[in-house]
Amino acid sequence: MAVCIAVIAKENYPLYIRSVPTQNELKFHYTVHTSLDVVEEKISAVGKSLGDQRELYLGLLYPTEDYKVYGYVTNSKVKFVIVVDSSNTSLRDNEIRSMFRKLHNSFTDVMCNPFHNPGDPIQSKAFDGIVSGMMTQTG
Amino acid sequence: MECQEEKPIIYTMENKPIVTCAGDQGLFMSLYTSLAQQLPREPMEWRRTYGRAPKMIHLEANFVQFKEELLPKEGNKALLTFPFLHIYWTDCCDTEVYKTSVKEDMLRWQNSLRLHGSADWVIIVVETNDTKKKNKTNILPRASIVDKIRSDFCNKQNDRCVVLSDPLKDSTRSQESWNSLLLKLRTLLLMSFTKNLGRFEDDMRTLREKRTQPGWSFCEYFMVQEELAFVFEMLQQFEDALVQYDELDALFTQYVLNFGAGDTANWLGSFCAPVRSWNGLLLRRPIDMEKRDGIQRGEASLLDLRSYLFSRQCTLLIFLLRPWEVTQRALELLHNCVQELRLLEVSVLEGSLDCWVFLSCLEVLHRIEGCCDQAQLAANCSHTVGLWAYATDKLKSLGELCGLVSEKGPTSEDLNRTVDLLAGLGDERPETVHSLQSPYKKLKEALSSVEAFERHYLELSHAAMEMYRAIGRLRSARLVGKSLAEFYMRKGDPERAESFLQEALKSYVSEGWSLPVTHTRKQIAECQKLLSRTEDYLQTSALLAGDLNLTSEERKHFCQEILTFAAKAGEDSHKVTLSMAVFAQLTRLQFHPATASVHSGADLRVVLTLRCLMPLSVRIQQVAASIHFDVDRGGTRGRSKGAQRPTNPGTVEFTHSSSSAGPPSSSSVGPSLELDEIHDRSPSDNTLNSAGVVCKNTHLLLRRHDSNTPPDTPNCVSPPAVAMKEGAQMLKVQDVTLEPGNNNVIFTAPSEQPGTYTLRQLCATVGQVQFVLPHIYPSVQYEVYSQEPQLTVEPLSEPLLAGLPQKVKFTLLTGHYTVKKGVALQLSNTDTMPILPSTSCTAHIRDPAAELVGESVLSIQSSEKVTSISLPPTPPYHTLEFQLEVLCIIPSGSDRPANERLTNGEVRHRPRSYSHPDTPMTAIDQRMSIDCPWSIYSTLLALTFYIPFKTKHSLLSAGNRKYIQVCVQNVSDVNFMLAEVKLTEKQHPSLELLSLNTKTQQPLCSKHSVFCLWEVRWKDDLPSCLQCVFSATFSPLNQDISAFKPFHYQFNLERVTTLYSVRAEILPPAGEQHCRSGFLCGLEVSVTRLSEPAEGELAEETDTDGLKTTKLMYEVADSSSNWAVCGKSSGIVSMPLRANATHKVQIEVMPLFAGHLPFPKIKVLKYLPHTAAVAIQPDPDSCVENDSLSLLDKTLDDQADTASIRSRGSVHSVGSGDQQQKGVAMPRLEAFSPGQVFNNSHARQVLVLPATDDHIVEVNAT
Repeated sequence: MAVCIAVIAKENYPLYIRSVPTQNELKFHYTVHTSLDVVEEKISAVGKSLGDQRELYLGLLYPTEDYKVYGYVTNSKVKFVIVVDSSNTSLRDNEIRSMFRKLHNSFTDVMCNPFHNPGDPIQSKAFDGIVSGMMTQTG
Repeated sequence: MECQEEKPIIYTMENKPIVTCAGDQGLFMSLYTSLAQQLPREPMEWRRTYGRAPKMIHLEANFVQFKEELLPKEGNKALLTFPFLHIYWTDCCDTEVYKTSVKEDMLRWQNSLRLHGSADWVIIVVETNDTKKKNKTNILPRASIVDKIRSDFCNKQNDRCVVLSDPLKDSTRSQESWNSLLLKLRTLLLMSFTKNLGRFEDDMRTLREKRTQPGWSFCEYFMVQEELAFVFEMLQQFEDALVQYDELDALFTQYVLNFGAGDTANWLGSFCAPVRSWNGLLLRRPIDMEKRDGIQRGEASLLDLRSYLFSRQCTLLIFLLRPWEVTQRALELLHNCVQELRLLEVSVLEGSLDCWVFLSCLEVLHRIEGCCDQAQLAANCSHTVGLWAYATDKLKSLGELCGLVSEKGPTSEDLNRTVDLLAGLGDERPETVHSLQSPYKKLKEALSSVEAFERHYLELSHAAMEMYRAIGRLRSARLVGKSLAEFYMRKGDPERAESFLQEALKSYVSEGWSLPVTHTRKQIAECQKLLSRTEDYLQTSALLAGDLNLTSEERKHFCQEILTFAAKAGEDSHKVTLSMAVFAQLTRLQFHPATASVHSGADLRVVLTLRCLMPLSVRIQQVAASIHFDVDRGGTRGRSKGAQRPTNPGTVEFTHSSSSAGPPSSSSVGPSLELDEIHDRSPSDNTLNSAGVVCKNTHLLLRRHDSNTPPDTPNCVSPPAVAMKEGAQMLKVQDVTLEPGNNNVIFTAPSEQPGTYTLRQLCATVGQVQFVLPHIYPSVQYEVYSQEPQLTVEPLSEPLLAGLPQKVKFTLLTGHYTVKKGVALQLSNTDTMPILPSTSCTAHIRDPAAELVGESVLSIQSSEKVTSISLPPTPPYHTLEFQLEVLCIIPSGSDRPANERLTNGEVRHRPRSYSHPDTPMTAIDQRMSIDCPWSIYSTLLALTFYIPFKTKHSLLSAGNRKYIQVCVQNVSDVNFMLAEVKLTEKQHPSLELLSLNTKTQQPLCSKHSVFCLWEVRWKDDLPSCLQCVFSATFSPLNQDISAFKPFHYQFNLERVTTLYSVRAEILPPAGEQHCRSGFLCGLEVSVTRLSEPAEGELAEETDTDGLKTTKLMYEVADSSSNWAVCGKSSGIVSMPLRANATHKVQIEVMPLFAGHLPFPKIKVLKYLPHTAAVAIQPDPDSCVENDSLSLLDKTLDDQADTASIRSRGSVHSVGSGDQQQKGVAMPRLEAFSPGQVFNNSHARQVLVLPATDDHIVEVNAT
């Protein structure tokens, strides 16, 4: 399903980033980092039209030959980025949205942990589990 | 349309719906121009089937001569050539002619139409005035040709025959008839469209539904649906046309996806053929007939189909003025095609797709540039930049594939590959043959030589980067820059590469992306090594050696790089200075001793904890910390200051941002806030005016944040240049090996000179390399002090009690002074506080850390004047402690000692006793004067003692007999035993004081009192003045008799003798047994003189009998409101100066209550008439009495006043004080001493019965 899932702090440093083929980790880091350009562009575009403020899903950030990068931004400007293999054509927009929602819920749980210091990298087993689920699950 | 300036084969634009014309061609030709002009002039509403929104369209038509071949044959699906309307033109006005020729012609026409099932026809009859005129003979218009035609052909469809009147005339009638004709034509055309297109669409849908059948071919279907698209395009319904293509696109995509899912369609086989041509998209023609033919023949490859589809979509989108959608779709298409080829497992020559993508990208960009002006392009970079970047990417990979990037140039294998790739491009298309910069030419050129490739690649890269920058996508721009850097590196140009890498690194560092940071830094290290920028390279190596993202081998490699350099024999003495932060972190600093404050010359150790970040153990030649030295003024601040520090100064923890792997938040936050409370108190009454919080390190927090990163982050791109400042003093340790992780380095700090030492910089030297920590923050200081000897004396227990032996502690801080053997303290002795000799007095010697280092017995020698204490030898900065017992003698009352002189000749100050505010005890300050050997001045010390007792005495009388009572109150917190209570009289030995105390010893507990009583007996005469001394011994409870200490109290008693006795009687009213409340009764006061006049006693007057008398004033004063005095309450009596002389006074009083009432009080005072008063100096007490007396005088003078009832002697002082004249003429009153008047009826009571008719019960609640 997803090949890389990243959570990026408001200040644009990674809180969590995991990718499936580990040998390509670096490439995904670059990809996710670059995608922040589009995230910022989209956020500022949303900011202009106050109407759809509530829409957190940013949609396809940019496609590359091999991957599709989707974005999502919480109200506290924490960004989620999901990278999907382009050859995986079965994934529809709705599925991506639901993945983001799941991710957001799990992220909220992490933030609710009183022992978690907001701004620290996420080191939660539960969150890890959710992410693993999204990466392995087929279809 | 923008694209009209180009002149490709405009196929579609010339297509118009075909309308055939039959009948009179000459007539039609004469009307053609105006018809063709006027038909599209007004829009018509086209109502659509299937709920599609109605549209307004301008209709145009292509009028052609009717031929039977034009009519579509059965099964022909072509729509473009489909005649939508058939017109028969005639201007026949002659019935005869009509009947003979025209009708037949029409019938033939109708028949051939009917044969082909075409029902869209109209007959136009043109009427002119001329023809009408000719026809004048003809009868009714009803029977005109038109009617005939209508009746012949248009049964029920009258609207199929239209009359056009005077078409060539400019008249309203002509115009109206034109309008109605045009309206009719348009309506009919639309009806035909609706009908025919509807039928076509139905057929098409049916065909589509058959797609699961085995023989179905996508290409065939494609052609059919495209026909529909063409028609819509023809009708200028580009939106609808685009929909047709999008549907085809989606359908094809779905088939490919299904193929991927294992559902193969036969017809897909042709698309799976190996790709032989990759000449890119062609967007310059509205219709690429070449490709279309290929599709029609079923020979097109996937790329052909996609290219054709996209070119059509592109054309329509441009018609729709949506060029930016083209770019977006193009990028999707290119990605998609690559994926689809992969999915279909089409074999492709390596690099051919790259060629195709590259060419396509450029083609799209050219197309867009062709229809937009420069400003529009610039404003919409965001839409095109993706294509630019994609093209750049592809060119780069092509270059790599063809060996154009390497330093050596392409190999023969590379060249072969290039030839193969170029072959697949085919020939250049005719449209671009003559243009200088076609994508085809670009690619060919780029692949032809290394130089050309470089030129094109750089051009593209820079274009992409600039666009990214322009739209603010800096990260993307940097990524392109990084890829450019990689290119430069391969070309062997590290200098250019580095600048791009540094820029990229800066962004990764600032945003805390550790993996890209590590990767980029590694690349930079490579650059720097190639550029032999040793210092930078070593710095980067150090960073990498400490980078946890790298494998330990890589880290060791970089560490070894540094060590190798460091070990090189330095022919030049230049040392490389690097920032310490990347090498090791200072995590903790500890002082031993922890106070960080030592006396000069003492041993002070500083322990640094360094966390070494290197993967190997590193041998350091020298670790040095430079010190800044400040001389304190005076240099004797000593320990007190060290204790005032807010935090434990012994250990300083340095906080660091964790490592390069961590988020930058901690480092970007910078130093943490250091806050202090402040309280602003008013200086007068210490109330709080304001409270607040101040930040102590604003200078660090409120720094202006420059664009570059703060220098103290370990992530910094290029560590700041650090300069090692040579301080005068250094902490140095040689030859330390730092293991990975925490290491402790122990320094011995210099402490010769008193002052403050601040640690400034830290420097570790490894051969040629120095690691420098430019600032140690928070700043770390230690103090070296020099101290004068100090002697303090303090009580061992609080409070010190006077009269008992008490221990006091002597503490000597030697400071810089060394106590040698034989040195002694000289204490001046005083009588009031002797030092008690004690046998064993031990002195304890402690070192600065308060550890006991020695004990020795003191020798104390007392002479008359001084006590000398020999001190044991003590080293400097040690503490000498010993205890001595002293006794402070309680001063006994009003004893006036003679002046004493101290040993040094000073007049001794009497220890003055005073009452202390904190305790009820009376305090005495006792001073000690000590001569110390280290000073020429005597040390004066004060001890405060407290007297544990308060003593009071009183004289009691019973008639002539006298008693003395002494009350001793214990005001201390200690319980005592009081013994040997004694009272003596000093001057009159004949006087006998008979003790009435039974116990010899009495406990006197804290806060309790003991009363002692003596009766005074005398033989001849009682002296009027007694000087008594009360003495007792006391000791704390439960102590040995020997511990009892004396206590004395002196007091004087004067005017002891009883002069008068006063007796009062209450007499019930006459005839009554008892007094009743509310009834007057008599009060008889008798004053009796008890003693003979003494020598000093003056007689004021002489009686007529020759007796000496003195005047007394009595006053009945009832203080408890029990009695009402009726009449005079006071008066003056003359008493003879003779024993047993009695004077009686009768006063009327009335009891106010029933019960046992105490007698009213009777006061007797000495009355001094004004003549006598002159002699006696009035003392302050009697002056006070005067106030009330003056009024009494008045009442004496004013006899009319006597009737007024004056209750309880309350005095209405009507400004008496003001009226009083301080002068000679005033008579005065003088009180007697307590022993001089004895009141017999003191405390007596009398029974008062209630009034008989008293039915009112008075309740007095107070």
